[in-house]
Amino acid sequence: MASDEKKLPQTPSQTVGPFFSYGLASEQYGFSELSSIAGREIAEEDEPGEHIKLVGIIYDGQGAPVSDALVEVWQADSQGRFAHPTDGRQKNTPFTGFGRCGTRTDPKNRFTFATVKPGAVGDGEAPHINLIIFMRGLLSHAYTRVYFSDEETANAADPVLQSVPADRRDTLIATREESSAGVVYRFDIHMQGDQETVFFDV
Amino acid sequence: MSDFSEFSERDWPSHPKYIDEGYKSTTFRGPTKPLIPLQQTLSEVTGPVYGQDSVSALDSDLTMNGRKNGEPLGERMIVTGKVLDEFGRPVPNTLVEIWQANSAGRYVDLMDKHDAPLDPNFYGGGRAVTDSDGNYRFKTIRPGAYPWGNHPNAWRPAHIHFSLFGAGIASRLVTQMYFPGDPLIPLDPIAQATPSVDRLVAGFSLDVTEPEYALGYVFDIVLRGPKQTPMED
Repeated sequence: MASDEKKLPQTPSQTVGPFFSYGLASEQYGFSELSSIAGREIAEEDEPGEHIKLVGIIYDGQGAPVSDALVEVWQADSQGRFAHPTDGRQKNTPFTGFGRCGTRTDPKNRFTFATVKPGAVGDGEAPHINLIIFMRGLLSHAYTRVYFSDEETANAADPVLQSVPADRRDTLIATREESSAGVVYRFDIHMQGDQETVFFDV
Repeated sequence: MSDFSEFSERDWPSHPKYIDEGYKSTTFRGPTKPLIPLQQTLSEVTGPVYGQDSVSALDSDLTMNGRKNGEPLGERMIVTGKVLDEFGRPVPNTLVEIWQANSAGRYVDLMDKHDAPLDPNFYGGGRAVTDSDGNYRFKTIRPGAYPWGNHPNAWRPAHIHFSLFGAGIASRLVTQMYFPGDPLIPLDPIAQATPSVDRLVAGFSLDVTEPEYALGYVFDIVLRGPKQTPMED
């Protein structure tokens, strides 16, 4: 067993810059030289669970939509299981729970993910989606969490959400909208200002 | 649910601050409110899994993967290194993605308007997965410096962008590798916003250099990692 003593300093973070499209989201941006390891479609049609879209706009401190951001999703499946060996529960679907979307290809600079609503991972936890945000001008990536507006009871018991000052919790709640096109959760992100989204020191 | 080990904390003194006076884009983009501390859960200590089957040999050879009608122009180079965690343990089977400008300092991204030529035989994106000892290796073309609009006569030092996952999303890292002796590093607001920027400068290595073929550079990367060694099953 290795010593638990730290020996090496972390490599510093740098901004993703403005030109990540062909490296990290090639297919979304129309490049064919390199396949994408992940994209906007996280759940296949036959994946069990409620199929949803997660949609949002990232606003900068001047209220302008950010057109050169990259959003990553990491989430559990509809039964609250992660596709990762540390989660000892066996999964039987190809759902990876990982998605990526850049904000430049949509005319309104929205990010959009087609996925399933995750189940609660552990006792007392509310269902949530983990987001990681990258952009030019962001020297270290930012972590946030998406909770769901129709999970009021679970949200009220979630230790992470409850650790957030009450007047800022709303920034982490996605709003459920139902239409003939399906279920959409709307989750806008404000990098700064009165509505600044809660970012976590993970 | 499994028991798990929490990951070591983000070592904030090692990373640039969100708002930096010299790097103007941070002014309206970096969060200004304090981050909220989060007690790690299974969400943070897990992350996407990509193994050797996620990459092909061509993916890590940028001198080959963009060819249309010939060889890319510029100085061929090898960039290799080891991915470790702070406790000195190699990080095996983790995805390393890179992207970069061509030898003239031009990206294939459509938003790059720099008046330097595209190279029809160079794409500039690639990926590799670390081996059981945490090693990765790319062949590529040395990128050129390029101008940007941060301030008058601003030029980015030559660099290669790196993206890594490690064992969980807590160890996620996006960074940039610079070249030794580059006179633009002391003038670059992004590099200068970075504590210990020397940790982002690759080392030249004659051992890695391939005779008659390509210069070699070594760039080791240290990620956050589990505070306790995972138990072997």
